[in-house]
Amino acid sequence: MQSFDLEAQGLRALNSTLNAQSTETNQTVWEVTNPKGSHAIAVGLDAPIEVNVKGSTGYYCGGMNKQATIHVHGSAGPGTGENMMSGKIIIEGDASQYLGATAHGGLIVVKGNASSRCGISMKGVNIVVQGNIGHMSAFMGQSGNLVVCGDAGDALGDSCYEARFFVRGSVKSLGADCEKKEMRPEHIEFLREIIAESGVDAKPEEFTRYGSARTLYNFDVDNAGAY
Amino acid sequence: MNSHDDKGIPHTTPRQSATFSADVNSDIRRAAATGIYDIRGGGAKRKVPSFDDLLFMGASISRYPLEGYREKCDTSVTIGGLHASNPIHLDIPITIAGMSFGALSGPAKEALGRGASMAGTSTTTGDGGMTPEERGHSNKLVYQYLPSRYGMNPDDLRKADAIEIVVGQGAKPGGGGMLLGQKISDRVAGMRNLPKGIDQRSACRHPDWTGPDDLEIKILELREITGWKVPIYVKVAGARPYYDVTLAVKAGADAIVLDGMQGGTAATQDVFIEHVGQPTLAIIRPAVQALQDLGMHRKVQLILSGGIRSGADVAKAMALGADAVAIGTAALIALGDNDPKYEAEYNALGTTSGAYDDWHEGKDPAGITTQDPELMKRFDPIEGGRRLKNYLKVMTLEAQTIARACGKNHLHNLEPEDLVALTMEAAAMAKVPLCGTDWYPGKPNTSY
Repeated sequence: MQSFDLEAQGLRALNSTLNAQSTETNQTVWEVTNPKGSHAIAVGLDAPIEVNVKGSTGYYCGGMNKQATIHVHGSAGPGTGENMMSGKIIIEGDASQYLGATAHGGLIVVKGNASSRCGISMKGVNIVVQGNIGHMSAFMGQSGNLVVCGDAGDALGDSCYEARFFVRGSVKSLGADCEKKEMRPEHIEFLREIIAESGVDAKPEEFTRYGSARTLYNFDVDNAGAY
Repeated sequence: MNSHDDKGIPHTTPRQSATFSADVNSDIRRAAATGIYDIRGGGAKRKVPSFDDLLFMGASISRYPLEGYREKCDTSVTIGGLHASNPIHLDIPITIAGMSFGALSGPAKEALGRGASMAGTSTTTGDGGMTPEERGHSNKLVYQYLPSRYGMNPDDLRKADAIEIVVGQGAKPGGGGMLLGQKISDRVAGMRNLPKGIDQRSACRHPDWTGPDDLEIKILELREITGWKVPIYVKVAGARPYYDVTLAVKAGADAIVLDGMQGGTAATQDVFIEHVGQPTLAIIRPAVQALQDLGMHRKVQLILSGGIRSGADVAKAMALGADAVAIGTAALIALGDNDPKYEAEYNALGTTSGAYDDWHEGKDPAGITTQDPELMKRFDPIEGGRRLKNYLKVMTLEAQTIARACGKNHLHNLEPEDLVALTMEAAAMAKVPLCGTDWYPGKPNTSY
């Protein structure tokens, strides 16, 4: 295992070292100590490596990640996993706002709660939150899945496109053009797999599905009042 | 019409209202018929104070000129050297502004790359991501990082020669965009991760940052991902130029792109285009003042856009402190947009050449702002690229002609003292004297 003291060695050295790892690297496990809420930790990675961050992170940890697994042993700041393409981010604590914003792929798991705008404009990522999520989550979500084992705040899925939302607890309110949907066998099967992969504690049958009512897909003045 | 009524009383001349003009009345009738506001492309069409209201004085006894065609007048500019290890070197200070694949066809984007590359300048992606034909044909390609993040991925980001974080554009400060369903082909839809044929909203603000402190961290992230190699521009609309430029520099921008209200958009509400934002002439001096107050003028480059059409506009922008300009609408016209040779087809669409601005409907007779395969065939990217190169060369020659006449051996040596204003408004905005006076409104230590 490679160990990296962020406080002593600096952010530039960390990211340039991690960015230099290729698909063939044999240095597959990394540990980052003393993150102390620093921003832009382990951003732009593109190798099948595992990065264990021993503490809490600031903005954009794991931003634009491809292939790598990033494990935050603490809480994560705003925009964690933004525009992630593939790979995995696991957050042991809570996640701040804009978690997984515009992310295209991969899996983000939050063991605690996630704040507002979780999964904003998500474009294919899967996000699993053991706790609750804040208001305006998955705003304009395009595709991918948001799985919430706790409750969702106001305006879930406002103006969403084809993203799917599964909530086990309550939803304070649904956003414009977001509606409750039928749970079909394929949804139960999807949840069974992603719950197992995420290691969260929930049963597929306990969830309710939400998604786009698709009434705002093409502009119609009679819908203007929906906004 | 009889000049008198049947009692012999003269008719008054029919008088049209200046307030309720034919234009206004047609807008009201259109709104009443449809219940929807008018969406169109382009920039502000209303007349606003502009570079046309400024004149160069040229050389005289106190200033001597340089010989046209013989004495050197440099046009090169380097953008982004403040923080980036690979700044962009351009032969001419006229760049191509961001225009999306989606709004424009693939061949049109290719032509912009070809023309810009032949002329020694950069072109810019747009909302919708980077296409291979655009990257392939552009020597210097600026990658726009937009609120929608359509097509945004780290691989393309790393292929860019510079990154432009778009906060706003002159046509619609504070506004997002809408690409209507009829232009969403399979390819456009695929790049944007959305179903075919639905309206695609482009967000008005970034999903993962708000405000100048966040922007600083976002810039840090982008630099870390791209190894601090490429310049990072921040594009702002002409809203509050002094403060926006100050905050962008504070956040760590290498260059500022400042876009006035004449700058175009692919599609937004006409009311937005015409009534929000400031004219290009009005925003340059506050922006330059902000850079000067920070000691950053010429260190953080200022790229001005919004209605730049000629070498005279280029020279005036640079005299007022810009390091470079960007053109969008003018580049499209050079490619063949709104060409009168398609007049009959423009007429069939209810308009006329020069006025056509419904690019979002995807029916462009010139085949440039469309995804219709048949219309696209009308546009030849090689010929389009050649036309754009020619146009850029002419603009450069024009700017050099003016600069030499003012005795400058580099376009950057043009200065406000070379200019006078034709109108009080332009004098106040540009802070150069009204013609024939030594005064402009707001000049320090003057009482009127």
